[in-house]
Amino acid sequence: MNSEKIFRYLLIGSGVLIVFIALGIIATLFVGAIPSFKEFGFGFIYSSDWNPTQGRESYGALPFIIGTLVTSILALLITFPFAFSISLFLGEYFKNGKLPSFLRSVIDLLAGIPSVVYGLWGFYALRPIITDLGLNAQGFGIFTSSIVLAIMIIPYASSLGSEVISMVPGSLKEAAYSLGATRFEVVKTVIIPNAGSGIFAGYILALGRAIGETMAVTMLIGNSNRIPTGIFDLGNTMASLIANQFGEAEGLKYTSLVEIGLLLFIITGVVNYIGKLIMKKLSA
Amino acid sequence: MESTVLEKELEVKAQPYKVNKMMQNPIEKIESPILNIDKLSVSYGGDKYSINDVSAGIAKNKITAIMGPSGCGKSTLLRAINRMHELYPDTHNKGSVYLGEEDIYKMNPILLRRKIGMVFQRPNPFPTMSIYDNVIAGYLLNGIKLKRKEKDAIVEKSLREVGLWSEVKDALHNKGTFLSGGQQQRLCIARALAYTPEIILLDEPTSALDPIATAKIEDLLVKLKKDFTIVLVTHNMSQAARISDYSMFMYLGELVEYGKTKQMFTMPKDKRTEEYLTGKFG
Amino acid sequence: MNTSTQISKAKINRRLLKDKLFTYAIIFLAFLSSVPLFLILFELIKKGYRQINISFFYKVAPDTMEAMVAVKNNEIIPGGIANGIVGTLIIVGMASLIAIPLGIICGMYLAENSKGKFAGVVRFIVDMLQGVPSIVLGVIGYIWVVKPITGGFSGLAGSVALSIMMLPSIVRSTEETLKMIPDTLKEAALSLGVPYHKTMLRVILPSGISGILTGVILGISRIAGETAPLMLTALGSAAISTDITKPSSAIPLLVWEFYNDPNLVNMIWSASLFLLILILILNLSAKAIAKKWKVQY
Repeated sequence: MNSEKIFRYLLIGSGVLIVFIALGIIATLFVGAIPSFKEFGFGFIYSSDWNPTQGRESYGALPFIIGTLVTSILALLITFPFAFSISLFLGEYFKNGKLPSFLRSVIDLLAGIPSVVYGLWGFYALRPIITDLGLNAQGFGIFTSSIVLAIMIIPYASSLGSEVISMVPGSLKEAAYSLGATRFEVVKTVIIPNAGSGIFAGYILALGRAIGETMAVTMLIGNSNRIPTGIFDLGNTMASLIANQFGEAEGLKYTSLVEIGLLLFIITGVVNYIGKLIMKKLSA
Repeated sequence: MESTVLEKELEVKAQPYKVNKMMQNPIEKIESPILNIDKLSVSYGGDKYSINDVSAGIAKNKITAIMGPSGCGKSTLLRAINRMHELYPDTHNKGSVYLGEEDIYKMNPILLRRKIGMVFQRPNPFPTMSIYDNVIAGYLLNGIKLKRKEKDAIVEKSLREVGLWSEVKDALHNKGTFLSGGQQQRLCIARALAYTPEIILLDEPTSALDPIATAKIEDLLVKLKKDFTIVLVTHNMSQAARISDYSMFMYLGELVEYGKTKQMFTMPKDKRTEEYLTGKFG
Repeated sequence: MNTSTQISKAKINRRLLKDKLFTYAIIFLAFLSSVPLFLILFELIKKGYRQINISFFYKVAPDTMEAMVAVKNNEIIPGGIANGIVGTLIIVGMASLIAIPLGIICGMYLAENSKGKFAGVVRFIVDMLQGVPSIVLGVIGYIWVVKPITGGFSGLAGSVALSIMMLPSIVRSTEETLKMIPDTLKEAALSLGVPYHKTMLRVILPSGISGILTGVILGISRIAGETAPLMLTALGSAAISTDITKPSSAIPLLVWEFYNDPNLVNMIWSASLFLLILILILNLSAKAIAKKWKVQY
């Protein structure tokens, strides 16, 4: 009887512990960001000044927020035709057989490659191409990062899509076919209207991934602290700023970086929440 | 058209039994029962009771069948006997059940379930265990240490009792889930027997099985009543008629009629019992 | 009548053509997506295989001078990634030690309380944790462990950050697996008088072992390649370090170091190749376990 009680407490306790870990993360980021917030207030979010020079220290997050959003949204746009094709390929056109299972393994593997390896590949293989095309002198920048990010998020953007597409009721599709629709028309008139919000939720979750991605971006974006002027310009994201500068940071710079971390946490949290919300509506 | 004729016929037939009902109590009293259900009501939450004020004694070394249409509370009654209904979080009950002199709701459920075993609708051998371990699972999982010889003896005896020994004796260390459905169900009965209960509860044990496997289980139950008391929930009236000594008929949570099976099937005392037995509802 | 059929015939042909083009586009784009994988694999193997020999596994990473001399003489760079391998084993091992028990117990809690209010809160939190960027967890590892506990960069801090990272996938895979196990199994055990905790630990958990293990291994493979949080916590170490309170190396950290040192560039590919093979093996074994240990009920 006694060990039974202990066991039940253990079960609930694990839940409580996880809640505490999450609350702890939020509280830690908030507390760490307080000095920076006291110094800069809400101006931190829309100031574009990142100046660590002693005596004239001033920090603002705007270039990094913009850099993060531009990079990840661009990545999502690039990934869209590919992820959508994969979703349709696996969810509707070729559900079973050797080719689709090959494609599935490829996508699993893409998800397994470490970020730092993507960064290396981008640096050594992709960057020269960008330079040759004359898009950017050194081949660094937002565009380069977005291409690599786009490859990285293909698995996340396509998996939910193929799942919801495969769940579109066969009877609906048959009804459309029986009226003489072609497969393309079935996709357009039956599958996309029925699976659209699920596919969209998948993209939102992939966007959340892209926003938080660090290493590959750090190695490719050029790490400039200005607001980027175009998609071929250099830039910086919140995550790669932290990765680059956290190590030696102290004082005001340290707390500003923690505040950036807090902002990053909030942005990914909101994006993921929206994605989950769409998914929940879907299953309800 | 046809149905109305039939209904009329039934109405006519039903007349004499109405009179019977006035004279006789439809709930037969069992002499020196092994189990005494005393004004038992069970609710799965709130004020709605799934079974209501059920009183009945269960005869020792007999097969008692509980019948009734779906949702009548027959499974609830069975589960309340070894407190399996408590798995649902908001259950509460009034009244009690006595095993001998003991109130089962005051007993430790672990001890109670040692005395009252259960077999379920779908065969459910433990998928990670061998056939051998499945038979002695009651001992294994309760941490009761047995010597190798004792284990072997229990396994052989239990499997022989359910007629599975000759079929599986060379495959005792294979997983139980590779057996056929009927064999799995007999294995589950062996698992209940091996733990030496006094009473075995069976919840529609053959509803997932084919006719041949069903017949084997029925023969087995008849054989087993010499050593055990058997309570059986069944959806299948002819099964109750074939193998049970006593029958209960439940309707809407109420125990409508209880008595010797032969008598109930030939001369039901309550109109609702008769309607059920003649297939008017159910 | 006649004209209308003719018009629709042309229309039909157009529709069929459109359908065909769309199908080809789908196939083309789907397979184009797999090209980067092969480019990456090709690049890693082509440039990395030469460095992988026996000393690669037991020697620590070379310093810049050694590497410079070797490159000058057109030799293979001496040394290996032993400090990274040991570091990764210890950091990932510690993270697993924290996350696996907690994750499995919590997954069990969620599976057992599918409708409870607090369980709903926990589920929401686990979902939220899943989306936290790894670099933020690096910051957390730094603030929670580096500053107050180990008083400096440490392998332990890295383990804490990574354990939070792998926790959600273990919780969710445990929950999903246990939910699939039929209730009748639990009933069978309880009807034999087996106490609840033994039923859960000795009947239900073993029945779900393949799904849970798959989740655990995928969780491990997810953190094994992580670099960003370790830069803020474990930092890196030139020597093999088994003290979890001291800075420690890890394979992905070594890749990052090699990348930043022009003399060590040749080492990048072999270290990455090794890391990728490691993760590949983890993924394949997860798949194999899911298939082979699948419990039939």
